Amino acid sequence: MAAQEIDADSGSEFDDDLALQFYRDRPEWNDIIPIPQDDGPNPVVRIAYSERFQDVFDYLRAVLKADERSERALDLTKDAVELNAANYTVWHYRRVLLQALKKDLREEMRYISEIIQDHPKNYQVWHHRRAIVEWLKDPSNELNFTESILEKDSKNYHAWSHRQWVLQTFKLWDGELDYVHKLLLEDLRNNSAWNQRYFVMSNTTGFSDESVVDREVKYAIEFIKKAPNNESSWSYLRGVLALRDISSFPGLMQTCQDMYSENVRSPFLLSFIIDIYEEQLESKTFPEDTLLKATQLCDVLIQVDAIRLKYWEYIKRSLTLRFGKQGEA
Amino acid sequence: MGTPIKDVTLKPTAPKEVFFYKHVTYITSYSSKKDDYEYVMTEYLRMSGMYWGIAAMDLLGQLNRMNKQKIIEFTVSCQHECGGFGASIGHDPHLLYTLSAIQILAIYDALDSIDVDKVVEYVTGLQQEDGSFVGDKWGEVDTRFSFCAVATLSLLKRLDAVPDIEKAVQYVVSCMNFDGGFGVRPGSESHSGQIYCCVGFLSVTNNLHYVNADLLGWWLCERQLPSGGLNGRPEKLPDVCYSWWVLASLKIINRLHWIDSKKLTAFILACQDDETGGFADRPGDMVDPFHTLFGIAGLSLLGNHSDSIKPVNPVFCMPENILTRIGVAPQIL
Ligand SMILES: [Zn+2]
Repeated sequence: MAAQEIDADSGSEFDDDLALQFYRDRPEWNDIIPIPQDDGPNPVVRIAYSERFQDVFDYLRAVLKADERSERALDLTKDAVELNAANYTVWHYRRVLLQALKKDLREEMRYISEIIQDHPKNYQVWHHRRAIVEWLKDPSNELNFTESILEKDSKNYHAWSHRQWVLQTFKLWDGELDYVHKLLLEDLRNNSAWNQRYFVMSNTTGFSDESVVDREVKYAIEFIKKAPNNESSWSYLRGVLALRDISSFPGLMQTCQDMYSENVRSPFLLSFIIDIYEEQLESKTFPEDTLLKATQLCDVLIQVDAIRLKYWEYIKRSLTLRFGKQGEA
Repeated sequence: MGTPIKDVTLKPTAPKEVFFYKHVTYITSYSSKKDDYEYVMTEYLRMSGMYWGIAAMDLLGQLNRMNKQKIIEFTVSCQHECGGFGASIGHDPHLLYTLSAIQILAIYDALDSIDVDKVVEYVTGLQQEDGSFVGDKWGEVDTRFSFCAVATLSLLKRLDAVPDIEKAVQYVVSCMNFDGGFGVRPGSESHSGQIYCCVGFLSVTNNLHYVNADLLGWWLCERQLPSGGLNGRPEKLPDVCYSWWVLASLKIINRLHWIDSKKLTAFILACQDDETGGFADRPGDMVDPFHTLFGIAGLSLLGNHSDSIKPVNPVFCMPENILTRIGVAPQIL
C-alpha cells in the first residue's frame, strides 16, 4: 500500500565506527551456516554493500530460521538493529528472545531509550517500547522520556502517540495541561500541542460545562490575538465550540469585528466571521445585509487567499444559493 | 503574522515537463541494482518497494519491461502458512506487505496463483474486539491497518468476510477529529497520511457519508503552500508523498478542484531529477521509488498528462483499468 512510510524516516545511518569483529570470524558462531539475502525476482549479482551489514544479516537469517533462543542471538539482534532499526522482523525476534530468556526488562528499557533517541521517527522502536512498558506495567518514566524527545522535535507524531497511550492507559492527566501550555508558549503554532490540549480536555472535563468552554474560548482567543494567521488556534476554537451556537456566544462576534477593524485579514478570521453570519442566516433572525456582508468577505478571501480561491468561490456560491432571494443565485 | 511560512522555493530552472523515459529507466535499473547499499537496506519493505515500482511502470504504460514471472514467483514465495505475506523471503508476515502483495498480483492478474482463502483468514484474524485492526500478531493498532485490511479484502472480492464491518467503521469514525481530519488512533492529531487511509477505508466500505467533506476539504486544501506543494500537517514542509495523500483524499471526497492544480503540478515536476529520473520528496533531494510512484500518481490525478500517464484510482493507487477488470469500484463523492 501507499502508507508504509507515513512519517517514518527512511532507514538508518550506517555507523562506520563500528570496527567489530565479523560473525564469520568468531569461533562461538562457527556452528552456524549463514544464509545470504534472497534477492527476489532478479538473479543474484555481486554484493558490494557494507560487508558488516551482510555478515550480520546472514547470521541473523540463520538463527531466525533455526529459531534459536540464546544470548548470542539476542546480542546479534542488537547489531542488526544498529544497522537497520526499521527491520520489523528483528524486533519481533528480539521480543521473543527477551521473553524466552527471561531478560531484565529494566535493562531493555534503558536500551530502547537509547535507540529511540537515535531513531525517533521509526515505528518499530516505539512499538517495542510500548510492549516493554506493558510487560513492566510501569509508566513512571514515560512522560519524562517523551518530553525529552519532544524537546528536539515538538511535533514528533510517534512520541505524541506514545504519550497519549500512556496518559490514557495509566490515567496520568494531572500535569498535562501545564505541559501543553508550556509548549504553546514556546511555539504557538504547534498543532500537535493544540491537539493534545483538546485530547486532555475531552478525556477529563469534556466540553459540556459552560465555565470550561468559557475558559477554553478565552485561552484560544488569547493566542489568536498574538498570531491571527495561526491555523491551529482557530481550529481549536472551532473544536471547543463545535456543539454550540457561535453567533450567540458572548463577546465572540465583537472580538472578531475588533480584529477586523484593526485591519487583520487572516483567512481564518474572515472565515470564522462568515460562519457566524451563516448561523445567523440559518436562524432567520438577522439584519437584512447579513448575506451581503458574508459574500463580501468571500470576495476579500478570493483576493487575499488566492491559492484557495476555488474554495472561497464555493463558499460564496453555496451561501448565495441557500440564502439569496430567488433569482439572485 | 510576520513568521515566515515553512516552505521551499522553486528555482526558475526547475524541471517543467515530465521526464517520461528517465523515470522508466530509473525504475527498471533500481530493481536490478542489487549491489546498492540502499537496495539492501530496504529489504524489510521489499514487497512494498516492488509494488511502488510496478504500479509506477503500469501507470506509465511500461509494465512489460518488468520481469513478470520472476516477480510473481517472488511474491508467492513470501506468503506464509498463516496466509499473510512478509516483506521478503523469511520476513514475518505483516498486513502492510500483504496488501502490497495482493496489489502486485492484482496488477498482473495473477491472484489465482495463491491461496486466497488463506489470505482472507489472515486479514480477518487481525480485527480486534473494538473493531480496529492490528498490523500483525504483535498487536500495533493503527488506522493504516484498517485501510489495508479492507483494501486487501476488496481486491480479493471478499469484503463480506470482515468479522464485524460495522465495528470496523465505527472505530475509524472514532478517529475523526474536531478539524475534520483523522489520526492514527482516537484522539491522535490529524495527519494527511492517516486521513488518506481513513477516507480510503470509508470509500472502500461505502461509508463516505461519515466524512464532513466541506470541513475536511478545507483542512486538506489548507495544506497547500505558496510553492504549490502540500504538507502533511500544519507547519510542516511540502512533500511529494503528502501531496499524493492530500490530493487523493480530496479526489475521493470530490474537492480536488479546491486546490491550485497548476501550482501543485509545478511543484511535483520540480521534484524530478533531470539526470537519473525519479522523484524526490522536495526539489533537489535524493530520488527514491516511493516518491517516484506518488509523483507519477499525483500527476495522473491532476489529469494534465493524460497522454503519457494512465488514470490512477485515488483509493488504491493503482491504474483504474486494473480495478475495472477486477470489478472493484470504491465510492467517490
Ligand atoms: Zn515524503
